[in-house]
Amino acid sequence: MTRYILQRLGYMLITMFLIATFTFFLMKLLPGSPLAAADKLSEEQQAIVLEKYGLNDPVPVQYFNYMVNLAQGDLGISFQFDNREVTTIILDRIGPSMQLGFQAMVIGTILGMLLGLVSAIYHNGFLDYSSTFLAVVGQSIPSFVFAGILQYYVGVRLGWFPVALWEGWEYTVLPTISLAIFPIAIAARFMRTEMLEVLGSDYITTARAKGVNKFGVVFKHGLRNALIPLITVLGPLAIGLMTGTLVIENIFAVPGIGEQFVKAINTNDFPIIMGTTLLIAFLFIFIVLVIDLLYGVIDPRIRLAEGE
Amino acid sequence: MEKLLDVKNLHVSFDTYGGEVQAVRGVNFDVKKGETLAIVGESGSGKSVTTKALMQLIPMPPGRIKEGEILFEGKDLAKLSEKEMQKIRGKDISMIFQDPMTSLNPTMKVGNQIMEGLIKHQKMNKTQARKRVVELLELVGIPDPESRMKQYPHQFSGGMRQRVVVAIALACNPKLLIADEPTTALDVTIQAQILELMKDIQKKTDSGIIFITHDLGVVANVADRVAVMYAGKIVEVGTVDDIFYNPKHPYTWGLLGSMPSLDSQDAELYAIPGSPPDLLNPPKGDAFAARNEYAMQIDLEQEPPMFKVSDTHYAATWLLHENAPNVEPPEAVKARMKGMATNASSDTEGERV
Repeated sequence: MTRYILQRLGYMLITMFLIATFTFFLMKLLPGSPLAAADKLSEEQQAIVLEKYGLNDPVPVQYFNYMVNLAQGDLGISFQFDNREVTTIILDRIGPSMQLGFQAMVIGTILGMLLGLVSAIYHNGFLDYSSTFLAVVGQSIPSFVFAGILQYYVGVRLGWFPVALWEGWEYTVLPTISLAIFPIAIAARFMRTEMLEVLGSDYITTARAKGVNKFGVVFKHGLRNALIPLITVLGPLAIGLMTGTLVIENIFAVPGIGEQFVKAINTNDFPIIMGTTLLIAFLFIFIVLVIDLLYGVIDPRIRLAEGE
Repeated sequence: MEKLLDVKNLHVSFDTYGGEVQAVRGVNFDVKKGETLAIVGESGSGKSVTTKALMQLIPMPPGRIKEGEILFEGKDLAKLSEKEMQKIRGKDISMIFQDPMTSLNPTMKVGNQIMEGLIKHQKMNKTQARKRVVELLELVGIPDPESRMKQYPHQFSGGMRQRVVVAIALACNPKLLIADEPTTALDVTIQAQILELMKDIQKKTDSGIIFITHDLGVVANVADRVAVMYAGKIVEVGTVDDIFYNPKHPYTWGLLGSMPSLDSQDAELYAIPGSPPDLLNPPKGDAFAARNEYAMQIDLEQEPPMFKVSDTHYAATWLLHENAPNVEPPEAVKARMKGMATNASSDTEGERV
């Protein structure tokens, strides 16, 4: 097991290296210049600034320098914010994004699974149709529509929660709900399908033939078997949510990484683009590893032999 | 002997979009203590539905027990609620399923799967249940039960898994054991072992067994009595000897004739032409008439009643009516019967020596 994890960590390093390389060269193909007011500067002035940031070197040299610094854990200094380290900027910004994403994911998964379970248990009944309807609505209506509705009715009319900004826990409620709707819908639909399939399988009949009651059949025998495909879908979704969602962060004026990332691309802030990309890539690979290990916890058939 | 189970006029239907599928259409049979009743018939004849309905294991809806009584120790199971049924399933009646590869929960340790019934029905605590699991695994012939019970189904071979399934079914010493093609998915040597195991256990516990199969070789080996099912009805019922040496229903002839045997010289295997009727619209008259080369006009018009051949032997075919022409089974079937008779007699001679 330890060996397996070490091996996976080795692959992660290689993957990170490849992603850094591709992103670096792709980024250099971006049109425009990192200078904020290029048209107001003379060519000479521009050359001086570019020289200062090492942007006049040939691209392979820039790449080499960047990678050497990266290997030492140095992500460089942002172009937009003078003398601020990329690491500090990202760390400032990732917090709110991850918190929102995490809350949305937890709520979404739990509520979604419950909805899906209810659907499966009361298959083709009123509860099934209602929850399927909710799931379809949640999946097809974009999150910013919900965000607007929540802001107006819950924030302005009822005044229960603040409409925007980021100054405490109560500020996270509305953006979390807006973000959670999609995972709720996805989890509900998957849970329903998987549970129905599992409930139709032979070992469920075996369990029923033993005299196990409905609750035991669903939770003791069914749930674990239905979870495996669900995790496959929810993993990548979690990464998407936790690494910042531009639209929701904008609507609720949350100082998250999503907004920062887009700004960096628009202004050719190369170090920030690289830093953010690498962070997202790292989280992605890391969560994939966690999911793979989770499979083993849930399904003994996938579990790795001890000491292998 | 005391009747353990008495099924009277059982009708099971499934309500589908196309209409009502009458899967079981008036079945009568009984099982006594310590007796093995084999139910044979081709796929779709209603064997499995009949037995699943006994335990209310058919999906309801769309399935429903339309009519009839299932008297188990005098209690009518057809009228019990799901809750009451849960107390009987696994305790008084249990079931062995066809495919050992899919009938065990892949994410649950084998020991826990066997323990479940013990904890539920016999109110055992974990330690007691664990002890009983070890006993059961030994009983079904799984070596090293202490460590095997902590393993998952995928760590067992097909034959070993079926032993686990048998152990689950036997956990609470059921009075009636329903075996739904328990050996179909296994290879022949394992088949024989599982059948021996079931016979041994039956001797010890004196339980009744309903054995569903379409393997007539297995029937000859395990059963005391045989019920032949066709299109949701029992068309012939009798002791093993009645059915194998003196079959009366043309469908039984067909089944026997289509059974290959090692010593059959004739290269051609007898096949029953056509396919079973659609039970969405069961035919008028005898359901087998369309495939029956001996069918008479009356077969198309009226359903045959059960004619008594002997005290143990009944068959539903108009050929047994006093006005019917005397029809002999086809030569292939006769040869098969003769072959079986000589086999059987040499078997018994062997035992006498």
